[in-house]
Order: sequence, then C-alpha cells, then structure tokens
Amino acid sequence: MSWSASTPARPKGKTGLALLLFAIAAALLAYTTEGLGKKGKIPTGLPVYGVLMVAGFLIAWLVVRKTARRADPVLLPVAALLAGLGFAMIARIQSPEPQLASIAQSQFTWIMIGLLAFVLTLLVIRDDRQLDALTYTIGLAGIVMLLLPVVPGVGATINGAPLWVHAGPLSFQPAEFGKVLIVIFLASYLSAKRELLASGVGRFGLPRVKDLGPVILAWGTSLVVLFLEKDIGASLLFFGVFVVMLWLATGRPGYLLLGLVLFVIGAVVGYILFSHVQDRVAYWLHALEPAHVQAQGYGQLAQGWFAMASGGLVGTGLGQGSPTLIPLSWNDFIFAAFGEELGFIGCATLLLMYLVIIGRGLRVAVERTDDFGKLLATGLTTMVALQTFVIVGGVTRLIPLTGITLPFVSYGGSSLVANFVILALLVRVSAGPWTRETRDPEKPRKQREPLWISKKDQAAAAAATQETA
Amino acid sequence: MNARLRRLGIGLLVLFTLLFGQIAYVQVFAADSISQNPANATRQYIAEYRIQRGAILAADGTAIAVSERTKGSSIFKYQRLYPQGDLFGSITGYYSRVYGTSELEHSMSPYLSGSDGSLVGATLTDLVLGRPRKGGNVVTTLQPSLQRLAQTALGNQQGAVVAIDPTNGDILAMYSNPSYDPSPLSDPRSAIQTKAWNKLTNDPSQPLLPRANAELFPPGSTFKIITAAAALSAGYSQQSIWPSPHSLQLPGSTATIQNFGGEYCAGGASHVTLLEAFTESCNVIFGEVGLKVGADRLSAQAQAFGFCSIEPPTQVSCPQNPIPFSDPPFGLTSEAGRFPVSSYFATRQPALAISAIGQDNDLANPLQMALVSGAVANNGLLMQPRLVSEIRDSTGRVVQRFPTKAHGQAVTPQVASSLTEMMRNVVANGTGTYAQIPGIPVAGKTGTAQHGTSANPHAWFTGFASANGRNIAVAVIVLDGGNLGSEATGGHVAAPIAQQIIKAWLEGGA
Repeated sequence: MSWSASTPARPKGKTGLALLLFAIAAALLAYTTEGLGKKGKIPTGLPVYGVLMVAGFLIAWLVVRKTARRADPVLLPVAALLAGLGFAMIARIQSPEPQLASIAQSQFTWIMIGLLAFVLTLLVIRDDRQLDALTYTIGLAGIVMLLLPVVPGVGATINGAPLWVHAGPLSFQPAEFGKVLIVIFLASYLSAKRELLASGVGRFGLPRVKDLGPVILAWGTSLVVLFLEKDIGASLLFFGVFVVMLWLATGRPGYLLLGLVLFVIGAVVGYILFSHVQDRVAYWLHALEPAHVQAQGYGQLAQGWFAMASGGLVGTGLGQGSPTLIPLSWNDFIFAAFGEELGFIGCATLLLMYLVIIGRGLRVAVERTDDFGKLLATGLTTMVALQTFVIVGGVTRLIPLTGITLPFVSYGGSSLVANFVILALLVRVSAGPWTRETRDPEKPRKQREPLWISKKDQAAAAAATQETA
Repeated sequence: MNARLRRLGIGLLVLFTLLFGQIAYVQVFAADSISQNPANATRQYIAEYRIQRGAILAADGTAIAVSERTKGSSIFKYQRLYPQGDLFGSITGYYSRVYGTSELEHSMSPYLSGSDGSLVGATLTDLVLGRPRKGGNVVTTLQPSLQRLAQTALGNQQGAVVAIDPTNGDILAMYSNPSYDPSPLSDPRSAIQTKAWNKLTNDPSQPLLPRANAELFPPGSTFKIITAAAALSAGYSQQSIWPSPHSLQLPGSTATIQNFGGEYCAGGASHVTLLEAFTESCNVIFGEVGLKVGADRLSAQAQAFGFCSIEPPTQVSCPQNPIPFSDPPFGLTSEAGRFPVSSYFATRQPALAISAIGQDNDLANPLQMALVSGAVANNGLLMQPRLVSEIRDSTGRVVQRFPTKAHGQAVTPQVASSLTEMMRNVVANGTGTYAQIPGIPVAGKTGTAQHGTSANPHAWFTGFASANGRNIAVAVIVLDGGNLGSEATGGHVAAPIAQQIIKAWLEGGA
C-alpha cells in the first residue's frame, strides 16, 4: 500500500455494498450458529433481526452513497461485521437471569439507534469544515460532557464509578460522547495553532503559555476524569489520543516524551493515592495465584484466561462453550467470550478487523490534504485503536484491566452510539473536501511541510515522492 | 505530517502485535497449563461432562453406572446415573464434581473418560469426523442376582459379603451393608450433592465405608483354616492327637485360652484329633497347635494366603498390600488381612497362641477370607481377585482384557485336599451346619470374633463348594452379632447367609 498522498482511487460503490452484504450475512450466520449450538435450533428472532439488520445497514449505505460519494467503502462493512458479531455473542450470552434476560434485544435496538446516529451525523454534517468553525463551542461541550457525571443531581454511580447521567428514564455515559467532541476540538484547535505550538519562543523553544492553555485544560480534564470519576480507562484513552494529536500536529517528539513523563507521573501518583488503582495492578499481577484466584477482581481476569485457554486454536464453536462463567462476559470481557468460542483464530480475526479500521482511518488521514481533516481522522482512528488495545490488553492480562468497552462489540448503548458517530465522522472525513486545492492528481504533490521538518521526515517524504513518481 | 502518520501506524501496529502475541500465548502456547489451574475446576468439569462417560457393566451386561444427557438446563451436558440404586455403591464409588471420585469411578477413569491410550484410536476418528468423544465401557465380573441376594440376606444387619470364583479369582458379588446410591452425589446441582454427602457422612452406620474389602476386623476362628494349613504343611495330619484341657495355660504368663462359652472340647475327652478340634472350633487345641507349629510357619502361612506382614506394636498398618488391589483388574482401594512377622512372637509366646485363633493383632475382611477359602478350593493356588474383566469401546469392541492371574501356591494340593475334608466336616457335623445344601458338599469355617470389651462379637463364615460345573468361595461377616446380638455365633448368623449365596450360584448353573 502506498502511503503517499494522492486523490484516493476508491473502489466502486458496489464493492462496498457487496462487502456490507457479506458482513451482514456473516453476522447472521454467527447468530444462527450460536442458536444451534446453544439450544439446538435456529433462533426464532432470525427473520426479524435479519430483515432489520439488512434494512438498517442498507439505509446507512444509501445515505453514505448520497451524501458522501467518495467515502471509504470498507469502514461501514467492517463496523457492521463487528457490531453483528457482538450482537450474536450477546445473544449467545443472554440467559434467563434478570440482568441478562433481554440483552440481545437491547443491544440490537442500540445498533439500530447507532445507525440512526450514523445517518443523522452524515446528514447534518455535510462537510467536516462545519466542525472546524465551532472549535471552542465543541471543546466546551466536550468538557461539559466529560464532567457531567460528577455534577451533583445528574450523576449516578453504577458499578463503583460515577460515569452515568440520568436524563428522565434514560441513563447514559456522556463521557463516550465527550471523547468524540474533545477529539474534534483538538483537531480544530491544533490545526489552527500547530505552527505556534511547534515553533516555540525563548531559549528552550517552549510554546507560549497562552497558546498552550487550552491544551493544558484538556490534559487537566483527563486528570479530573481519572481522579473524580475513577475512570482509568477513559482517562488513559483520552490522554493517549491527546498526546498523539499534539505530536502529530507539531512534529515535536518532545511532546511524546512529555506525554510519557506525565503519564508515568499520573500513574505513580494514581497508584499511591487511590486504592482502586492499586487493586487493578494487584489483580493484573496476581490473577492466577492460588491465594487470590477465587477472589473477585483477580477471579474475573483468571476466568477470562481460562475461557480463552479453553478455546485454544479454533475455539469450542459458537454456543458450545461456557462464556457465562466469565463475569461481565457480555461487556468488558466479551473478547474473552469470543476467545472461548472462536479460539485464537476468531480473536485474531477480530483484531484484524480493528486493524482494517485503523489502516483505513490512517489512510484517510494521509489522503486528506488539510490539517483539520488529517488530525480529525487520526484522532478518531487513534481513539478506536487505543480503546481496543486497552480493553483487549486488559482482558488478556497484557496490561492492567481498565473497564472500557470493545468498540462496536461490547454490550452498551452509549458506547455503541458514540462509535457509530465516530464511524460517521470518519466516513465524512474520508469523503472530505478534495477540492480545497486544485491540482493534477497525476503529478506528485509538492512538499508543503513547514521548516521544522526533521531530516528523517524529509528523507521519508523524498522516498514517498519517489515512490509515486 | 504524513511521515508521522506512518510512524503512528507502525506504533499502533506494534501495540496490536503485542495483542496478537498475548492471545497466541494464552490460547495456544500456555493454554494447557492455564486450563489445568485448580481454580478452573468448573470449566474442567464442563469439559469432562461434555463427553459421554463410559458405562460400568455387570458380567451379564446389566448397567450399574451410566451417563445420560442431563435433563433440563444445565451447563453440564451429561450426568452420571446408577440404575441399580444402592446395590453397587461401594464398587462403582461415586463420581462427584464436589467430592471427587472413588472406587471404580476413580481407578477406571482413564477408560471411562476415553483418555486411555487403548481408546485413542476411536478418539482420533471421532475428532476427524467431529463426533463427540465417548468413554469406554468397563465390564465387571459381578453377578447382579448374587449381589441382590447378598443385600436381601443381610437385611438390616451391618456386614458384608464377598463371593468369588475360586478358579480364576473373579468377584461374583461384593456387598457392604448398609450401602448407598451414588446418583445424588453426581447430580448436576451441587446443592443436591452437598445434601446427599452430608447425610451419608453423618450416618453412624457409615454407608460410604466399603466393609467387604477396605475395613478390617479380627477374623476369629475363621483364621483356624490358616493355623490348620500350617499344621498340615508341618506334617501333622487331620488325625494327629492333641491334649484337650479345659483351658490352656499360656507359656510365661498367667493368661489362659478358653474354648467358646468355657466348654470342654468334644464333650470332655482328654485328647482330641485336629479334625475334631477344627470341626468344633476348639480354641484351646488351636492355641496348642499355634505354639507347636511355631511363629515362623504360622506367619509364613498367613503370608502365603495373602496376608500382609506387620510388626506390632510399632508398625500395625500394612506398608504395601501383597496383592496390588488398587490396580486393575481389581481397582478398589482395599486392605489385605494382617498378621505379625515371626520375630514379633520371639518374646511373646502367649501372643502366638492367641494369634493362632484369630485374635491379638490378626485382622481380615471378607475379601481376604474369601481368598483364603478360594485358595483351599483351588487346590492351594491363590488367585488374585479380578473385578474388571475387559474394557469395550463405545461400539462394543474389546480394547483391553485383564487376564486372570495367580498370586501363588498357598498350600500344596495335598494340604488343600485335607483342609477341604476338614472344612466339609465343619458344615456336615460341626459349627457350620446352617451352611448345608442338600446334595452338595459345602466346606466352611465359622468364626465368632470378640472385639472390644462391651461390643457383641462379629459373626463370620467362610467356605466354598462346587457343583454343576460352577465353583464359588464365600466370606460373610455380620457385625456385632447382627440381629442375634450377644447370642450370635458365626454358625447361626453368618453361615445361613453364605448358604443362600452358594446355593443360588451353584443351582443357577444347572
């Protein structure tokens, strides 16, 4: 694959449709298989779910075709496959227990609502530059969303973390949407201020404090999220995306280093101050030790491992395993449930699907010629990538577990809808304004990188230029 | 910015490579060791219960343990059932998620679960064809009709019955009363298992205890078979003459041995033959015989009949059973009888006399005594007990046979023949008349074994007979005198039970 920038040569729209239909067929096959494996018969919901799923995603595809003709054709099918497989697994985990009695219907409803959000996002935001114009409004809205749960009266604590907001009969996790808004804000802000932030003033080349202000505010917000909402996962994710976008915009590796230092400080301080951070680390390190393995926290990680180990290379088959033994198997630990029933091959396939989204997302960023589009695509992609890494790494005990959802797959309305909004934004950016610069697509684009470009970057750019030439 | 985007792409790819590495580690490379973690018990059981465990069958094909699809919703696909209820509890043992496994369910588990090498051929085919793995069936030598009869005959008395075919060591019946039904202990619902377990373990009659083969009791006068065998082997004949005092003054001691009930032997004659003393089970004479024959011969004779040598008072447990009971073809955790080594008697002559009549440190169980009778019946050749004859795979093909095996010559054929005459005389004219069967000469020996100071004696009978081409050796114990209590003798309580078993088996062959 060439990473050089050129007007994207997209596959025909029909390719996207074929991929989409294939994805839906695979998801419905998984749903049928789990029913056969679990109860020995084809699930009764198949016709209804099948028709609704085909209709829902077809409408979404039509809207993409109508409003974003040049959009990337792969993103929607991959998301459809992930959401469909997640639904199949949640239907498989559904049991008569009160908490789990209707999770499949609920998850399906949220997929449909997510598609609605996807369609509305595409219809309302016809050009991503609309967002670029509302930098501070969006930033403020994002911070409000992040902080809403700790506001007395609206916030609610579920499962020990104050992440929820009640609005009438509904409760949702505003942080899921806050993250998206903050990424848009950062893309907008950094694209406007990248030169100021990158050039620096004074002896040490530091940016002026007033230019750094909003950035520090964003970082502070992530700390607040960590300390007040005890949401380590969201905080980590947020901080990671922020550092990546800052580095990307400025080209200064110092920001990465600074981010790393701040992360380490945050981690150490968090570990010293908060027992729940200490607990997470202890669970991670000692999950399988005989003294702990039966205890809550440790036991969840151990059960996740046991499930994945029992799946082995090819898995037990959908509906044939016992993923219900894993605590939160429908939510944070759904990856372990896939590990049991689809094995290493299934898990690797899921990870590859995320890699496809990441690859397409970064490709969109490369293709875009404007800073805002690049930064927005990168920020959204990085968020999906880091979220996947943090939860899969947590479930597999690569890193300490922090409770966040597996994008598109885990049970949960807020996360699902937010991810469909992210998808819509990526699709929109991929369709993005190619007409901003008029140029000959055949001719290699002239380097318009600023002066601070490093030698290495220059060499890479030269290589890329040669490649296209 | 595009160069940095590429670096970002590489960075994210590195992170995902770590994830790929980790899932490969958990799911492929370390999967087995992770799965074997003791905390993974539920999943291990689910895997175990996913395959249909083989059945345990009686000699005639009657199912005594089977696995069937679990009824209702359960994470466990199969459940273990025991169609014969409590009849074979102490032989099959239990198969419990909560309390583990025991007896044949334990020792035959590699076959029953299909993991044994002899069943792998079928397993591989099943794997290729995607068929669920099935365990092998364990075929035992048990005769359900005799087992049922043993249960009925013991009735509400605590005790045990063992019946073997003396020519090959096959266990025809082995029943301990009271028994238990293992089915609730393998119920899919662990609460039911717990309830059943608590009930069984709190029962003072100890239904989980396999009395026939795992508990030990003083053998009492049934041990005189061994003392007589030692005497005959030492050159004394049935007609050898022994002085018959009212009681025997033990050498170097003030203690005496008395006959049963303090009576004179053979109506008060001053001398009696070995045959008369055996027929009436005279303790005084057999005390003398023990002292005459000597510790070396008596100890060696007990060992030749399969008893385990112990060195009291320091070592009273058996370091290793002479017959490897725990392994196939027997496969049950069992205890051999116990008799002291000869050196023990060097400074303890009184103990030698008492040991010769089956007291002091002598211990045995019905399995041991059935083996003793069996060896006498089989011309002196002691056969190892065999409970499992073969393993069949799920299609019925025999994948493993367990051949019969001789343990060794306990006595010479001449001595065996002489012992047979003496034992027949016991049933014909002596203490064992309740074991008589019209038309069939039954050989036997009774025992009324004192134990403790206040408890009623255990009633024993062991014997054998052949007819209609069938052979059987039996040992019966009724604990604490059974329904007769302090009035009980082996002849009154145990012999009639043995008689029923012998009669049923020999006449069933006609």
